[in-house]
Amino acid sequence: MILKHFHKLNHISQILLSEMSGLKLHGAWVSPFVFRVKWALKLKGIPFEYIEEDLYNKSKMLLHYNPIHKKVPVLVHGGKPICESMLIIEYIEETWPQNPLLPNDPYEKALARFWVKFADDKGPAVFKVYKSRGEELEKAKEESLEILRTVEKHGLGDKKFFGGEEIGIVDIAFGWMVHWLGAMEEVGGVKLLESDEFPRLHAWINNFKEVHVIKENLPDHHDLVAHLKVLRERLLGQSSS
Amino acid sequence: MGEVKLIATTQSLFCARIQWALKFKGVEYEFIEEDLRNKSPLLLESNRVYKKVPVLLHNGKSFPESLIILEYIDEVWKHNPLLPQDPSERALARFWAKFSDEKVIFGAFGACRTEGEQQEKAKEAALESLAFLEKQLEGKKFFGGEELGYLDLVVGWIPLWLGVMEEIGGIKLLEEERFPLLHEWSQNFHQIPLIKECLPPRDNLLSYFQASISYHRSLAAKKP
Repeated sequence: MILKHFHKLNHISQILLSEMSGLKLHGAWVSPFVFRVKWALKLKGIPFEYIEEDLYNKSKMLLHYNPIHKKVPVLVHGGKPICESMLIIEYIEETWPQNPLLPNDPYEKALARFWVKFADDKGPAVFKVYKSRGEELEKAKEESLEILRTVEKHGLGDKKFFGGEEIGIVDIAFGWMVHWLGAMEEVGGVKLLESDEFPRLHAWINNFKEVHVIKENLPDHHDLVAHLKVLRERLLGQSSS
Repeated sequence: MGEVKLIATTQSLFCARIQWALKFKGVEYEFIEEDLRNKSPLLLESNRVYKKVPVLLHNGKSFPESLIILEYIDEVWKHNPLLPQDPSERALARFWAKFSDEKVIFGAFGACRTEGEQQEKAKEAALESLAFLEKQLEGKKFFGGEELGYLDLVVGWIPLWLGVMEEIGGIKLLEEERFPLLHEWSQNFHQIPLIKECLPPRDNLLSYFQASISYHRSLAAKKP
């Protein structure tokens, strides 16, 4: 009984605090890009109001805040919108410096930004595997394996996380590999991340999923697979085999 | 502060923005011209993932990716800041830089290297993206305000490189009546001595784009 009241009070206080900080996050439950921002906010202990968008029926607010790309996530702080997930995270980092996600040293920072850009640029190429077939799927597979090999070889080194002992901005940027890649492999009927070819990435995925904020904030696997199957059918025009 | 070297080519618009940034900050550097058809061991070692220019070398470390290099330069040499101080202004500048690099450059090049119906379609998209940039100049002399800033350097390819692409492609994108602010900005931008100093000779660029656009068009013609 007391616990139930505690949770209710905690929830109310979160809303009040988010009103004070004036922070709203427009997102969609399927999007790994939205989760990046959620993780960053939660890792820093910043309260925010979350607004779920229907991507097939986008709200007027979303279109007003992001007229160029019309995408989620959008973070609105004191009425000002910030778009593009990794730019939002840089904004969060500069505005709330506690529990830093970026290294202090300019070289390390530049290196982190390099891998963030890589994760951002190459993610969509890997995502193709769930929505291709035949020759296109073969091409998508090859390209995805090359991308994963680059990260395995050059990105992680012998560190526990890209950020070192703790997770940082690069780990967050690669978060799509942790949960979404598995769902896409399942829907596309491919296996990319074999543990013998990618031991470092495998270890990293396991470690990343154990971090409390991440563990508590991942979409349901079955819901994700079901959703991706629907998307695949819509794009390819047949039931997935 | 340590030696600064820049592995670059004179015709690359991505390299020009780094030269501009270094000169803006008054930083001495050594320019190492790269032959992209015969990449040097230095380049291959300094940019193992992409093997591209520009790469900045400083204090024994290498920095690829032009936008990342700009941020590094701004952090190490703090005088004459390129990016605004306010976090939301910085987010905006970075947003438009990303937009410019992803949509405007490749949109414009796409419109210039294609032909016929494909070109018409590409032209529409390119004009739309330029319109967004035009809007950003409202009430300002430069994208950075009264003075040059980060976004001016990022978009700085427009006055020279776009003009050359248009000439070779046989298409006009940056019409003065349609984009008066970008036109005026282009003229102001090119007046600045440090900008002029780092521009490649127009003839060099003409040959470069002649070869590139012909190649793309011949590939397109071969497709069934």
